[in-house]
Amino acid sequence: MSVERIEIVGRVHKLGDHVNTDLIIPATYLVTSDPIELGEHLLEGLDPDYPKRIHEGDILLAGVNFGSGSSREHAALAIKGKGVSCVIASSFARIFFRNAINTGLPIIECPEAYEGISDGALISVDLEKGIIRNTETGETFRAQPYPDFMREIVSSGGLVEFVRKRIEKQMD
Amino acid sequence: MSESRKILSEITGREKLKPGEFIEADVSLILANDVTAPLAIKEFEKLGARELFDPDKVVFVLDHFTPNRDIASAEQCAIVRKFARERGMKHFYEGGQAGIEHVILPELGLVKPRSLIIGADSHTCTYGALGAFSTGMGSTDIAAAMATGKTWLKVPDAMRIELRGSFGGWVGGKDLILHVISRIGVDGASYLSMEFTGDGLESLSVDGRLTVANMVVEAGAKNGIFPVDRITREYLKSVGVESSTFTIEPDPYGYVSELTVDLSMLEPQVALPPLPSNAVPVSKAPKVKLDQVVIGSCTNGRIEDLRTAAEILKNKKVAASLRLIIIPGSPSVYKEALREGLIDIFLDAGSIISPPTCGPCLGGHMGVLASGERALSTTNRNFVGRMGHARSEVYLCNPAVAAASALTGTITDPGEII
Repeated sequence: MSVERIEIVGRVHKLGDHVNTDLIIPATYLVTSDPIELGEHLLEGLDPDYPKRIHEGDILLAGVNFGSGSSREHAALAIKGKGVSCVIASSFARIFFRNAINTGLPIIECPEAYEGISDGALISVDLEKGIIRNTETGETFRAQPYPDFMREIVSSGGLVEFVRKRIEKQMD
Repeated sequence: MSESRKILSEITGREKLKPGEFIEADVSLILANDVTAPLAIKEFEKLGARELFDPDKVVFVLDHFTPNRDIASAEQCAIVRKFARERGMKHFYEGGQAGIEHVILPELGLVKPRSLIIGADSHTCTYGALGAFSTGMGSTDIAAAMATGKTWLKVPDAMRIELRGSFGGWVGGKDLILHVISRIGVDGASYLSMEFTGDGLESLSVDGRLTVANMVVEAGAKNGIFPVDRITREYLKSVGVESSTFTIEPDPYGYVSELTVDLSMLEPQVALPPLPSNAVPVSKAPKVKLDQVVIGSCTNGRIEDLRTAAEILKNKKVAASLRLIIIPGSPSVYKEALREGLIDIFLDAGSIISPPTCGPCLGGHMGVLASGERALSTTNRNFVGRMGHARSEVYLCNPAVAAASALTGTITDPGEII
């Protein structure tokens, strides 16, 4: 199975522990499933100014239990819709983890990166090797990379696209 | 094997399931609501699927932003309604047929012990109270199951919670689960199955068990599971479900962790903002001034909860400084409350009665908080901004503490005023 090599480079927004889905996208906005519209309110629960501070390609770096709470897939969609390129966390809550993979949002678990990287740092993430590098200090952190099929789901853009691609391949 | 593994083993027909193993399993019931079903439908259609694997095994309940709050929420409901009608879905509930999803599914006899239920709502874990393996997932997982009737799961490890003794006055399921979460933390049961056993189960009614199982997700658990005993079987019979008894035997291979709770030592609990794990005994809770009290939700919107509240509110008046909102969880809870005279008691006390809805629990509608306001609520989450403005606060408690506090205007131990 071939997986395209993804290396992500972006500016870090450092968040705390237990960033739940109500903080990621408050429930009042759950009357659409459009990622762009949802993205306009990303992390508004944490700070009303957050949506203005996050730019295309930025990386979220969070502590433990990121995405806890509600099962709303809108949380992963809001992060994608805002153009966030990757979420690194010390740990992810169970439902959010599935939702991120299913919607094609690159995520990686690395408590050491959370300890060692400061807010605003410019970092690179190699999802295939599980290597996170602070481009300013050169410091690197190792995470457990996901198996090929999971990375292929993410690089396809989510579970639905992944399944469709497979069906098309079978038909060829 | 732990009880959850036993159930998954029965469902998959595989004898020895190990924790951490990935399995594919047939699902018995699939649930979504007006927030998650529109997205599930969109993904279902993107998959190229046309028909549901079984239109009688998919349940849609319009309960979050209903009766519709605004045009956008009405449009979401319209998407779900159209899809359900076109596919001839038997279990589509809205309007006067609908209540809060996790309150009505057991009432309708749709929850069967030993079955696998998945739902696009994190509180789908509620059905573990009746011995089902049930867990919340996102809309895409639900869409895939709607098309295939299958889902993939990682077999969970288990945590055992042994209950001893019986509850004192004004203490119940809500206090038990808040206490457990305060001991293990909001990620203390991440990916685990929480198994509830012990002689203390005798003092926990089905309504109380539903409250406990409902909140296992607030500790990060995948599911919660109760045995099917005499109490469960009587309840199931009343909703037309016949079941055998299923006891939970200790797993000889042990548990990831074990916890014992002496129910007789428990005081009513209050979880301070902004996490359910911030629970303290009511006697140690700060005497903050309240702007709103909410009694309802998939956690505490059942008849037993309303009876408790009525016992305290009878012939009393709600403090003029706050709003008390009472939300019967389903039309049948509402009707029973009316029949027993509870609604009269609530109205005489000066409460607002809301139609069955998730409403204020998620800051949706029917009681959203302004900046700086504080609510005491029988709901399940006290996260920042959960009930409205990011600078509002939510405290969690049981229906007795909520009712007593609605009378005094500050967080109050019901034992002090009754």
